[in-house]
Amino acid sequence: MTTVAHQSDAAPVDQHRDPAPASAKWRAGWRRGRQLTGVVPFFAFIVVFLVIPTLVVAVGAFAGSDGRPTLDNLSALGDGYIVDAFVRSIVLSALTAVIGAILGTLLAYALVTAKPDGILRRLVTSACGVLAQFGGVMLAFAFIATIGLSGFVTLFLQNDLGVNLYSGGVWLFDLPGLVLVYTYFQIPLMVIVFLPALDGIRPQWREATSSLGGSTWQYWRRVAMPLLAPAFLGSTLLLFANAFSAYATAAALVSQGSPIVPLQIRSALTSEVVLGHQNLGKAMALGMVVVVAIVMWLYAYLQKRTSRWLG
Amino acid sequence: MAGVTARRARRQRTFRWIVVIVLGVFFLVPLFAMLMFTIREPDGHYTFETWRQFFDWPQLASTYPDLWTGMRSSGELVVLTVALMLVLLVPTVVWVRLRLPWLRRIVEFICLLPLTIPAIVLVVGLAPVYAWVTYFLGGSPMTLTFAYTVLVLPYAYRAIDAGLSGIDVKTLSEAARSLGSSWGTVMWRVVLPNIRSAVLSASFLTVALVLGEFTIASLLNRTNLQVAVELLGKSSATMSVAVSLAALVLAFILLFALSFAGRRRGHNRRPIRETS
Repeated sequence: MTTVAHQSDAAPVDQHRDPAPASAKWRAGWRRGRQLTGVVPFFAFIVVFLVIPTLVVAVGAFAGSDGRPTLDNLSALGDGYIVDAFVRSIVLSALTAVIGAILGTLLAYALVTAKPDGILRRLVTSACGVLAQFGGVMLAFAFIATIGLSGFVTLFLQNDLGVNLYSGGVWLFDLPGLVLVYTYFQIPLMVIVFLPALDGIRPQWREATSSLGGSTWQYWRRVAMPLLAPAFLGSTLLLFANAFSAYATAAALVSQGSPIVPLQIRSALTSEVVLGHQNLGKAMALGMVVVVAIVMWLYAYLQKRTSRWLG
Repeated sequence: MAGVTARRARRQRTFRWIVVIVLGVFFLVPLFAMLMFTIREPDGHYTFETWRQFFDWPQLASTYPDLWTGMRSSGELVVLTVALMLVLLVPTVVWVRLRLPWLRRIVEFICLLPLTIPAIVLVVGLAPVYAWVTYFLGGSPMTLTFAYTVLVLPYAYRAIDAGLSGIDVKTLSEAARSLGSSWGTVMWRVVLPNIRSAVLSASFLTVALVLGEFTIASLLNRTNLQVAVELLGKSSATMSVAVSLAALVLAFILLFALSFAGRRRGHNRRPIRETS
């Protein structure tokens, strides 16, 4: 705040304009320079806490443990266990994105047909906000309490129905468990990001279809689906990026082994046993950024297509 | 035509209730299980001992000191991060709009950049930076406020930018300046009151993000609420589940209450938009 207040004399005041053009040019340049000081705090902060960390990752990925440039870290990404972690991360993200997108769309459509200011819609959107953005560690505990070894549902199935949830081994702390828990925050996120697109559908379009003799099926097939497709795909990509970057739930749930990339990065960061491991973590981090950047770029492109009709 | 519409409305109602009930069960079972987990003893008896402990705050602080410090530092981080976010973002965005329009796209790009950098990646790059932060400012959890401000930039920027698009900043500030007010007065008494709801929603997003953040705090070895809860899970499972359930329910109540407040603010803002 103070930096801007201190700029008070930098405002262009017309009566101060100098008749001599060279001097005016100099003065304009000087004024522009002084105006720039107003954004110095912001850019200084960005350089220290965003640009430098990004460079640390980008440069570190190409540096050996002696600091010399090398491609060893990147080629180490081809190691079996890292490739496996990336494949598992991508499968987990894609699977939960698709499941979340489909179920989330159903829920969002159910909400759109309800009253816009009704209690149902408020209840569900608030619950979705909490589960999609706040969850993390707490969702892991929710599922440990539900289908953990002494969880409520596990015991209920075992004692009252005679079904053993884990007859094929304990799957909660492995990939199938992660799929289930991730779905629990992916569906709410889909509701939040897809609801605005569904709200953009106008009832007039449906009336126009039926007055031209179209059936419900034709309305969905020829009007609503083509309009909603970019928004749907875009939201699915956002869900993918969300699951791919998620760390907290998996970290709280999985304490042994590192099935997915974020957990591999955790073990690279926390274990200092192997020399040069730190930079392997940076290479994996760079790999994650590349995946997320591609997905977000596609998302931005689809977003532009969506806003043409449903903005 | 009327018959068709009525039939369609009925069908939509049936569909709505089926979806809401089926997914509602999926979402409520874990929450119900959390409650049962906290009140059921292994022998099948019910006890409210965990909840009695949870609501006995002075006792809670001495029984679970880590949890208490975690809650307190998360609370303080919320205040610090909201303040830093507003001080950094609002004057810059306003100044860029007024005086440096050519910078606007660059600022926007920078603010949206953290969206493509997962927190787990940011923490890898932040580790050396925080070695210096610890050197200069010490290892207090409060230093996390810098990282959290970066994380919240995309959401806060969007909210504040949308708020500023709704008013005519240029005319307002020129009017105030021509009446002799300083830039500080323009910011504090002219711009801020006009974008109050945008500032509120940016602050609310910040609060939610800071209270839910785990990745960076955990990997930089600083304790906040989420780290403390995760730690608690290793020693006292029932208490950690109780805290989780309480936090989720509290967050839900807050959001639900805010859904009413938000609607009312929207009505108040409309006249300003129309005149601009």
